[in-house]
Amino acid sequence: MTSHRLISNAQTGASAARPAPVATSGLVHWARQNLFDGIHNTIFTLLCCALLIATVPDLFRWAIWDAAWTSANGADACKATTGACWAIVQEKYRLMLFGTYPYEQHWRGALVVLILGVMSIVSGFRVFWTKWLLVAWCVAWVAIFVLQLGGVFGLVPTPTHLWGGLPLTLLIFFSTVIGGLPVAILLALGRQSNLPIIKALCIGFVEMVRGVPLVTVLFMAALIFPLFVPEAMTPDKFVRALIGMLMFFAAYAADIFRGGLQAIPRGQYEAAEALGLPYWQKTTRIILPQTLRIVLPALMNDIIRAFKNTTFIAIIGLFDILGATKSALEDPTWVSYGTEAYLFVIALYFVVCFSMSKYSASLERDLNKGNTR
Amino acid sequence: MTYSNAKTTGESLPRRKPPKMQGLSLNGFWNDQRFRNFAAQAIVIALVIGFFVYIFGNAQRALSDQGIKTGFGFLMDSAGFAIGESPIPFSASDTFLRAYGVGILNTLKVSFAAIVLASIIGVLLGVARLSRNVMLNRFASVYVEVFRNTPQLLQIVFWYMLAVQLPGPKQAFSLDGIAFLSNRGLAIPGPGEGSGFGFALIGLVIAAGLVVLLRRHLEKRLRQTGQKFNGLPLSIAIMVIVPAVIWTVFGTPSQIEIPALRGFNIRGGLQLSPEFLALFLGLSLYIAAFIAEIVRAGIASVNQGQIEAATAMGIKNSDVLWRVVLPQAMRVIVPPSTAQYVSLLKNSSLGVMIGYPELFNLNNTILTASGNTVEAIIIMMAIYLSLTTTIAVIMNWYNRSVQLKER
Repeated sequence: MTSHRLISNAQTGASAARPAPVATSGLVHWARQNLFDGIHNTIFTLLCCALLIATVPDLFRWAIWDAAWTSANGADACKATTGACWAIVQEKYRLMLFGTYPYEQHWRGALVVLILGVMSIVSGFRVFWTKWLLVAWCVAWVAIFVLQLGGVFGLVPTPTHLWGGLPLTLLIFFSTVIGGLPVAILLALGRQSNLPIIKALCIGFVEMVRGVPLVTVLFMAALIFPLFVPEAMTPDKFVRALIGMLMFFAAYAADIFRGGLQAIPRGQYEAAEALGLPYWQKTTRIILPQTLRIVLPALMNDIIRAFKNTTFIAIIGLFDILGATKSALEDPTWVSYGTEAYLFVIALYFVVCFSMSKYSASLERDLNKGNTR
Repeated sequence: MTYSNAKTTGESLPRRKPPKMQGLSLNGFWNDQRFRNFAAQAIVIALVIGFFVYIFGNAQRALSDQGIKTGFGFLMDSAGFAIGESPIPFSASDTFLRAYGVGILNTLKVSFAAIVLASIIGVLLGVARLSRNVMLNRFASVYVEVFRNTPQLLQIVFWYMLAVQLPGPKQAFSLDGIAFLSNRGLAIPGPGEGSGFGFALIGLVIAAGLVVLLRRHLEKRLRQTGQKFNGLPLSIAIMVIVPAVIWTVFGTPSQIEIPALRGFNIRGGLQLSPEFLALFLGLSLYIAAFIAEIVRAGIASVNQGQIEAATAMGIKNSDVLWRVVLPQAMRVIVPPSTAQYVSLLKNSSLGVMIGYPELFNLNNTILTASGNTVEAIIIMMAIYLSLTTTIAVIMNWYNRSVQLKER
């Protein structure tokens, strides 16, 4: 190449000055490549810039510069400014996070949240995926219910109708998932079963529940079910709401498991049968472990949705974070600062769901390592 | 293994007994697989039937104690309550049946509008996420992550909070005096009372049918003769002229009402209540994030080689998009979108939280007013099931038309 050019230069007799090469690194090159690459991209970039200039300064002024941060003088600071009233979070956070739970007992709720948080984070690491994790969960679960219910070890009894806020949200969520997964697996197996009645019942249940809104399922479980059974046999509202959430979650997860079961090659079933394994051994030792690996990403999405769906229990009158926030806003002094209070709750949910979805993506990459080159 | 084989082959094997006859013998019949299967199913079905008999027996007793007549006769009784907003006239003296009609129409109204908006935003965002433009790309990702990772109900409540905190009608935000946004909702220019826009609507449907026929004809001609004809201007012309002609033929005075402040409220035009707006935004903006992901995955799933091959053959860019990329992407996009649309329709029931009179909310009112709990629930469940099934059937039909035609 070089020699060729030298020759051609030599032939023309004079070496004309070539223009400096276009930079292939640095900020300018990056911007040229990614922002101003062609007329369309340039227009989009300018539009985006215009949008940012139009919104960001106002948003910054509202949310930070002009915002009232402290509720030392009640709502006075908020009335004095045109910015956001974050003081409402400082003023009402106990009510929003713990709802109707007795004020002096809030530490117990906080401890429950802490235990669940730590256990979830620990469970996220695959090194800890041993049978000891199961044992730890069992211990944690007992500790949580002792803390929440009270009545033993000198703790003041706090029955379920007093529960509220974040601990209630988390308890509903964890119970839904932990209780719902086995039900979902049974439903999915039932759907694959060659017993016609069991199969029909499972299909009927799953399709019925999936065809109607969660609100109606909850409504049935919480408000209509008590009409149908004698009062003495009616479980309390927390349990009824939980049953509704659990049924809904199980129906959706069952459909995911069904997909996983269908993806297992026929040969695996036949090999297990050829070895003479009875049904349950075949299922638990050969089929389910492989299914679990296939369905994990889809299942994580469903679990995230279950977490978002915990807000629905506010509709049937339980005081989860949404319900508790709603009741905190009944205070006439603070009623006009609902936007800020809801933004706080939204941010809370976002942090949890976003971490879960990022974790799920990394887990998927991990499990897929065998298939990537 | 080999050892035992070597050992046994030398000797004569003990004769095995012939297998037991597989009839139902009373001897140890509980070990028979067929008996077990039968017994398990019999027990399950007995439990299920027992559960329902018990529950309905209880309900029957409780309701007759309260002196409530069971049966679906109540549908013809007058409802005795008014409904905040309704596409058809409704007053307290109308029947429960009509109230259900209002509920269905309100649910369909908000769901249909939300599905349209969610699809538009979703497709735009999905394409933006594939853009090489970093800013556009990031903008779309942030949108998707924020809306996907927060509860839909919270979003709806949040929009409602914003909607009712808007200034009153007198200080309403106004767009050149033709559209007003206030705490009473959004008022936009629209058909006034009793204007003949129904005819224009019929015309629009006819025009849409004509355009579909035209497209089919052009496609056929293209395949047979290879002659291209740009049908777009003609299609637009049909869509505009046909409704206009029908409308004029029926001699309808054109009256688009522009809303205006009269007294203490904004009147005229098309009024959208804050409840409708909040539910509409909450449903569509949330589902749009999911549609965006589906569209992105669908387009990304088209093999790069397909695009390269099409470009190498000299097919122009827009044809690469419309005839190579999209037909293949749609196969991946349609099935999960169906699930999202069904989910949107079901979640329109969240309107109960902000007081939008959709089916679930109205059903609660009907249930309280009539006392016919069981019947009301059966009706509501049946309606939801048939609505979701209808969407699924329509989308499956569409899905079949985009899937690979195999022999």
